[in-house]
Amino acid sequence: MLPPVFNVLFDGFARGMLLFVLSVGLSVTLGMMNFINLAHCAFAMLGGFVAITLVNTLGWPFLAALPMAFLAAALAAVVLERTLYRRLYRATELDQVLFTIGLVFMSVATAAYLFGTVQQHIEMPSFLRGSFHVLGLDLGAYRIFLIGAGLLVAVALVAMLEHTRFGARVRAAVDNQRMAAGLGINVEAAFAITFALGSGLAGLGGALAIEIVGGLDFWFAFGYLVWVLIVVSVGGLGSIGGSFVAAILLGMSESFGTYYVPEFGAFFIYLVMVAILMWRPAGLFGRR
Amino acid sequence: MEAPASAAAPYLFLKSQTRWRTIEILFWLCTLLPLLLPGYLGLASQIAITALFALSIDLVLGYAGIVTLGHAAFFGLGAYGAGLFSLHVWGEPLTGLAVGAAIAAVAGYLSSLVVVRFRHLAIIMITMGFGLLVHEAANKAHWLTGGTDGLQGFRTRPILGLFEFDFIGYTAYTYALVVLFLLFLMVRRIIHSPFGLSLRGIRENWTRMPAIGAPSLSHLRKVYTLSAAIAGLAGALLAQTTETVSLQVLSFERSADTVVMLVLGGTGRLYGGLIGAIIFMVARDQFSGINPQLWYFWIGLLLVAVVMLLPNGVLGGLVQLAQRFRGKQP
Repeated sequence: MLPPVFNVLFDGFARGMLLFVLSVGLSVTLGMMNFINLAHCAFAMLGGFVAITLVNTLGWPFLAALPMAFLAAALAAVVLERTLYRRLYRATELDQVLFTIGLVFMSVATAAYLFGTVQQHIEMPSFLRGSFHVLGLDLGAYRIFLIGAGLLVAVALVAMLEHTRFGARVRAAVDNQRMAAGLGINVEAAFAITFALGSGLAGLGGALAIEIVGGLDFWFAFGYLVWVLIVVSVGGLGSIGGSFVAAILLGMSESFGTYYVPEFGAFFIYLVMVAILMWRPAGLFGRR
Repeated sequence: MEAPASAAAPYLFLKSQTRWRTIEILFWLCTLLPLLLPGYLGLASQIAITALFALSIDLVLGYAGIVTLGHAAFFGLGAYGAGLFSLHVWGEPLTGLAVGAAIAAVAGYLSSLVVVRFRHLAIIMITMGFGLLVHEAANKAHWLTGGTDGLQGFRTRPILGLFEFDFIGYTAYTYALVVLFLLFLMVRRIIHSPFGLSLRGIRENWTRMPAIGAPSLSHLRKVYTLSAAIAGLAGALLAQTTETVSLQVLSFERSADTVVMLVLGGTGRLYGGLIGAIIFMVARDQFSGINPQLWYFWIGLLLVAVVMLLPNGVLGGLVQLAQRFRGKQP
């Protein structure tokens, strides 16, 4: 028999995995191009709504909808990157912030127009509902699935970045963009693919998030932005390991906060974020 | 302009910048128009207050290059400061303004110790983090701020004991406009001083400025504190003229919306925030009645278009157009 604190730990870990999938793409693209993409969660929202439409309206199984959420977000990212984003790589951070906030506004308005302002739920297959009882703990099946998915994404990303040619190019570009370009690496192409991958992961995260956040609504692109930015800035730009650790830290503190000191709300999390950034402006694992 | 030849040239340059132009005088005369249209007085005083807030952001963002997404913290502290002051001490407005500004200035100074050391994403995150912190603290401190119910039940006394706040809003608008104008004069003076010039230098290259004798960090701290005080004043104005303070004064949306206005008008231009606030607030007043969600779509599209097509805002675009019209090189 384990004390209930392990339940809180488990929930926090599952939340952390979700935050990791949502934010890792932003971390890598930010580290690579220094492009502040506040519209990252808009891609997540797109993935979420694609999954909801496929499952609830067209009757697809949930597991088949997940890759489609990834693909839809990745496709949207490629189109936007080629047409709009690439013009702003050398723009000031203010321009980038405003441009992407503009995209967020548009996505929020479109989502509200298409799906209404009510929170949308998704039908889960039976094997992801319910929970397992292990050693006196109450482990939700969906949370176990989420942890598995998050770990799978992390392993796949690390394997791709550490053991493929493409990964080596991306790492070179994150380390020193100009030097990498000087060595003949097509940084822009590498970035475009990374951007699509990262946004696709966000789309996957959006689809995975529906069950956890209690239904997806049009405000997701804004509401979750703060969490994703906290993960990215605390973990350090361009660092997958950093995002992983920061996401778990954030998920755990949120979970512990809601169980033990609900009167503080998110106050404690913001405080920790500001404190960490004051101590290490480049994040826990950042180098710049 | 001719290349400066004597030691007096920089002084003359700054002096020439401070001359009042006809169009400026026209602009300020136009601000008197709402007094003839009583139906719009409520909106007009909202615009004047928001313009003051945008001016405070312009000071740090446009002139000093500090990208902030958390300035609503100071606006809200000023609003709560003035509101609580009228509730617990007395409702005299001018002292209330001073209290609101002072509280925001203290908070601004304390946070400036941290904020000015950062750049790029970190500064955006730190300012946003401070904003969220204050918002969450006010939300949880129900005993002090009323939480989500807001702060109510205070009355603002007549200004100087003479001008009673009327139902239509003549006094409120005049009050907001006079405060805006006086602070505008102050900011205008500061921007055209050597201090203002060195701020622009820091914006362009903050590591190089100390080498020519302008201490970047202490200059940035000063301007951040000043800007926080002005933002607090704007918040205090809002609290006094509406006689309520809602949690919304601290919201992230307020920070973001006002930065949007500023960029719409043009950053680093004295009138950018003012023009932006007018365009934004009038447009929102017209469109959000039809459909609030659609309003967000259009403002988003506008933002994307401004960044892509008008990098210097509406004012920058107009200046460029005027220069082309006169056949000068921009």
